[in-house]
Amino acid sequence: MSIRGKAYIAGIYEHPLRDGTGKTLPQLHAEVAKGALEDAGLSKNDVDAYYCAGDAPGLGGINQAEYMGLRLNQIDSTETGGSSYISHVNHAAQAIATGHCKVALITLAGRPRADAKEKYFAKPGGGAPAEYGFEGPFRPTVVNMYGMAAMRHMYEFGTTSEQLAWIKVAASHHAQYNEHAMLRNVVSVEDVVNSPMVSDPLHRLDCCVVSDGGGAIIMVAPEIARDLKRSCVKVLGAGEAPKHLMGGKVDLTFSGARWSGRKAFDEAGVTQADIKYVSIYDSFTITVLETLEDLGFCEKGQGGKFVSDGNLISGVGKLPFNTDGGGLCNNHPGDRGGMTKVLEAVRQLRGEAHPKVQVPNCDIALAHGTGGLLGSRMGSATVILGGEDA
Amino acid sequence: MSSSDNAAMTSVKQESKEKAREKPRDKPRDKPKMRAPRVNAETQEFWDATAEGKLLVKKCNACGENHFYPRTFCPFCFSDDTEYLQCSGRGAIYSYSVTRRGEPYAIAYVTLEEGPTMLTNLIDCDFDGLSIGQQVAVNFVDTGEGTAVPFFTPV
Repeated sequence: MSIRGKAYIAGIYEHPLRDGTGKTLPQLHAEVAKGALEDAGLSKNDVDAYYCAGDAPGLGGINQAEYMGLRLNQIDSTETGGSSYISHVNHAAQAIATGHCKVALITLAGRPRADAKEKYFAKPGGGAPAEYGFEGPFRPTVVNMYGMAAMRHMYEFGTTSEQLAWIKVAASHHAQYNEHAMLRNVVSVEDVVNSPMVSDPLHRLDCCVVSDGGGAIIMVAPEIARDLKRSCVKVLGAGEAPKHLMGGKVDLTFSGARWSGRKAFDEAGVTQADIKYVSIYDSFTITVLETLEDLGFCEKGQGGKFVSDGNLISGVGKLPFNTDGGGLCNNHPGDRGGMTKVLEAVRQLRGEAHPKVQVPNCDIALAHGTGGLLGSRMGSATVILGGEDA
Repeated sequence: MSSSDNAAMTSVKQESKEKAREKPRDKPRDKPKMRAPRVNAETQEFWDATAEGKLLVKKCNACGENHFYPRTFCPFCFSDDTEYLQCSGRGAIYSYSVTRRGEPYAIAYVTLEEGPTMLTNLIDCDFDGLSIGQQVAVNFVDTGEGTAVPFFTPV
């Protein structure tokens, strides 16, 4: 397979502007996007993939996607300096060729002359995203932005702190067997709900650890995998979806997993019932609960019941999760939990998890990450993995 | 979770810390702790209005939808035919969280009568008496820099 003839460039726009004074950087990205869409004869709502480099403000294009009101299946912020946009053409063609998107938007914008004139506080990463002035004054923190999602979920569905606590309890049951885990003591529901309140309704034990560390992954072509002695794990399907505040139509009771999960299941050709193990990004207990609902392991609003009574504990419940102890008990290197989610899923599929938590006959597993904030904007990514025979 | 948002927040924090060192507080705190908003060409009109006690959202003349945070392009139809609309300043709590570490404060989303939901803080109220759905009204606090921050208070 190659990209040859699989993708077309349909619209272009070059900004006539040479001095951006009076216009913001997010606005310039939107202006060139609008120009290219008009040239192509397409509308903003046709776009399902967005590519940008470090000149776009905020977190990897998510904030700019929010400014433009995009609903995306693919987002890519490969940053290789001035060559980025040519790489983006290649990456977008690959995504189109494999069916991960149909209409990709690539933007570049900058205003170094205007920044210098206005003495703008310029920084790498495109400077402050557009929403910053409307959020910074209210002191959003990671905990209170997840806390508001939990509060709303409780209000709409009657979810309780005790139900959320079961997620931490399950993680701690797994962490006791991980010699590297930061928190190896098994905790009870009472321990969680009696731990100090950090930001309503999240207690200290609803929160993940802060840790150093890291992780790495090697991916290979099938012909390389065949020749290696190591048992290799097959990628079956994947999906991505940034979710944001949708211009003020705010709904904190679901995450982008609602969209990324569907795409991953469709591509893998499997259903929730086929999944033997899940790695779910557990920055907070509420992150896991909403994600499990959004991935379709239970009905929306039933997550509290689903996670209760040890249902996530390996060997006890129906859906073993985060058997390394996860972010809640094991580690959270660089405040980025997506890497370790893939690693434990691979261990499970290789049959190399700790014997006390290894899922028998684990042939299909799912890993899901939530980057950013459940309470505002996030990048959601799902991957479904299988053993060699899957 | 690590992001350039956080980087931006951190650098603003550092700036304001530096300012605080230069100008020691000359009176006790009688206002909520806050960072002055960052104003730019797209948001100047919004923040100018706050100084007169007016809360604005953006209205799209093409599709009729109101949006927040205000921007030049409508996030629903991508028209750039948008203008500011003055709000009643009334709304209802969509969600909130009281941060209990240090001096407590209540971050919240408030759904305005005009439709959009915006991030804010709830002030001048009993944090233990808050509830989702509660009616609130805007309560501007002057930043001393020609702008005011739209906090909300239960009515």
